[in-house]
Amino acid sequence: MQLVLRALSRRRLLASVAAVPILAASADGRTISGELPWSPFAGEPPRPVNPLGWYFFTPGEAATIEAIVDRFIPGDHLSPGGKASGCAVFIDRQLAGSFGQSSRLYMKGPFMPGLPTQGYQGDLTPAGRYRLGLRALADYTNSTYKKDFRALTLEQQDTVLAGLDGGKITLKLKSGFSTKEFFELMLQNTMEGFFADPLYGGNRGMASWKMIGFPGARYDYRDHIDKHNQPYPKGPVSIYGQV
Amino acid sequence: MLPRKDAVIIGLGWTGAILAQQLTDAGLNVVAIERGPYRDTSTDFNVAYMQDELRYAVRKDLFLQPNVEAMTMRNNASQTAMPMRDYGSFLPGHGVGGAGVHWNGHTWRFWDSDFSIKTHLTQRYGAAKLKGLMLQDWGVTWNEIEHSFDAFEYLCGISGKAGNVQGQMQAGGNPFESSRSRQYPNPPMKMSYAPTLFAQTMAGMGYHPFPTPSANLSQAYVNPLGIRMGQCTFCGFCERFACGNYSKASPQTTILPVLMKKPNFEARTECEVLKINLTPDGKHARSVTYLDANGVEFEQPGDIVAICAYGLMNVRLMMLSKIGTQYDPATGTGTVGRNYCYQTSSAARMFFEGKHFNPFIGAGTLGQSMDDFNGDAFDHSKLDFVGGAGLNCVVSNGRPIGNRPTVPGSPRWGAKWKQATVDGYNNSMGFSAQGSSYPVRENYLDLDPTYSDRHGRPLLRVTFDFPDNDIAMSHYISDQLERLTKPFNAKHAAVSRIQKGWNAVPYQSTHNTGGAVMGADPKTSAVNKYLQSWDVPNVFVVGASAFAHNAGLNPTGTVGALAYWAAQAITTQYVKNPGALVHA
Repeated sequence: MQLVLRALSRRRLLASVAAVPILAASADGRTISGELPWSPFAGEPPRPVNPLGWYFFTPGEAATIEAIVDRFIPGDHLSPGGKASGCAVFIDRQLAGSFGQSSRLYMKGPFMPGLPTQGYQGDLTPAGRYRLGLRALADYTNSTYKKDFRALTLEQQDTVLAGLDGGKITLKLKSGFSTKEFFELMLQNTMEGFFADPLYGGNRGMASWKMIGFPGARYDYRDHIDKHNQPYPKGPVSIYGQV
Repeated sequence: MLPRKDAVIIGLGWTGAILAQQLTDAGLNVVAIERGPYRDTSTDFNVAYMQDELRYAVRKDLFLQPNVEAMTMRNNASQTAMPMRDYGSFLPGHGVGGAGVHWNGHTWRFWDSDFSIKTHLTQRYGAAKLKGLMLQDWGVTWNEIEHSFDAFEYLCGISGKAGNVQGQMQAGGNPFESSRSRQYPNPPMKMSYAPTLFAQTMAGMGYHPFPTPSANLSQAYVNPLGIRMGQCTFCGFCERFACGNYSKASPQTTILPVLMKKPNFEARTECEVLKINLTPDGKHARSVTYLDANGVEFEQPGDIVAICAYGLMNVRLMMLSKIGTQYDPATGTGTVGRNYCYQTSSAARMFFEGKHFNPFIGAGTLGQSMDDFNGDAFDHSKLDFVGGAGLNCVVSNGRPIGNRPTVPGSPRWGAKWKQATVDGYNNSMGFSAQGSSYPVRENYLDLDPTYSDRHGRPLLRVTFDFPDNDIAMSHYISDQLERLTKPFNAKHAAVSRIQKGWNAVPYQSTHNTGGAVMGADPKTSAVNKYLQSWDVPNVFVVGASAFAHNAGLNPTGTVGALAYWAAQAITTQYVKNPGALVHA
């Protein structure tokens, strides 16, 4: 399975790299008149991630995140767990990219504490929040259990996560970044990885889509629109054609 | 300094494209200056990878990025406004096509009683009923503007069922809509299970459901410009996405193939307008200053300047250019920034067992609606509010990152979360109430004193909370939702209730209205009935910024109608006799 994914990724990666110079040429401001602008291969297809290795996490952080995503999404008869589904790889690649750097967000100061209705006002990017949050989590579990999170029993791991979720545990973070916000960030990113298209590194084998019955990228349901209250007969497909 | 143009249009979304099309048809030389990139169906809205929830719906690839332009927000003047570092509650568009690229396609007409709301409500209930609200007539009447709605609907190929054609009521249509000149151009979409069940149940209770008027096309269509569109495939990647099928009306699918080929039209993309330059007396716009993608500054002179950006950006550009007087909530004077409104929404969700709702079979406007509780369709004389909500059972998608309802009280992670997710996904349906939002003195827009954009210009500051009138309205509607869920015999039903403290984080609605409202009185409106600035008559400000209040109806149909209406005033009146079209 791993080898198949790797071969697929490599082929797709090459295909998408080839499109880059054309994109760059269209990035300048321009004047258009008397024509409908069009150039071949001007699209910007997504690039499947390389599933191997860690781009952002240290080995210790990666092991902790793998343990966390496996408690958020435990493997059972419904689906594989978060780790086997690639959720940790997904988060790693997201943190190594634009999302992790807040590159599209408004990041000008002054940074001041806001109200809950005003959203996150801290100066830390998601990458910075994970780095600080995982260090604070390691400090907490080592002072409480004398162990890293990943070495706790599954029951202890659930207790710690429930404590972060419910406010019983306060990690030593920084002003403008609360324990609850750290928990919500991890939970949100885990679910993104589990349910996103597999090209981003999570949802391996479209496990989550099979679990709930989401057909993925099919894009045309005209043959089923008036079949009311009948199960949809086809399984999922992914953007890169996994079936 | 560039060569002069007859008209300079700022922003090439719905309103900019409509104005450009109409003005160039009238023989004017037009340039549109657009901050974002040129995007089109075959190149950027690719059918092979548009169905990417993470990229488009979660990371918001097609939307305005806050690092390009953010806004600050607070609920009231006692708070310090903070920047929305990411957009959440609403998501403005970016690039050619604007929000017309990623909208759902709900295409409503505001009612005749909206355009004359103050007169209508005062006559029916007395002036005391409107106390505390800044409701005002729009200065244009239904009979004047009806044909502009018709033009927009035929441009888009709206799929629906009329309820009132020239005063004749039509079975199966919306009996509360205002009289229209003719049917919709296309029949309603086929319906999936949930909207069908909703319509049957509501009709059984004596209400008046009808197919939601949709810019997702029920069949192939050639619009009046000769542009061919395709049939919607119910792909479930509509709102927040662009359409890969040419079946959702957008500037790209309805206007640009014709407009772009005209020799008297020019689009400059990735060019950001910084300000509109006025003559020293402040009464005439000379030119606009913009930066191209390389940061080079240009000045583009023009006889007419049409501000056609997203409504909120229209207002900010007026403020930055000193067109009109800033509204001051302390004194109630000034017009720019006045009557900012939003949307007051709630929803019902029901959970069943053994059903197959197939929520992934969806489209932005695949659904059934009813207006029995909207606007002034019901008697308010014994109620402590005015306004109402449109009820919509629309199945737009089953995209699982954002849309996997579970029975209330279910865990959010762990083994029990997973089982609840599986149980809820295909067994759940809902319907929502999109409530009106009426203006009050303390909700307004101005420039932020602290935060600035990448060019150092102050950000727009939004001061908004749900007014007491709208909270009372919404709670009444939530009571109705609870009652309306009963006959479905669902295993679980949950209804949301709005509360004070508008929250900028969770998505609610990209229906921000007002700030440069139209009207008959220059003391209470920034533009006249033709969307012409009272203060600088060669400037027209087109968009939802002109709405004097917001109704329980999606705004785009009315935005499109206002664009045709303003274009008609420019081409038939203004060009013959430039100057103020209305003398106050």
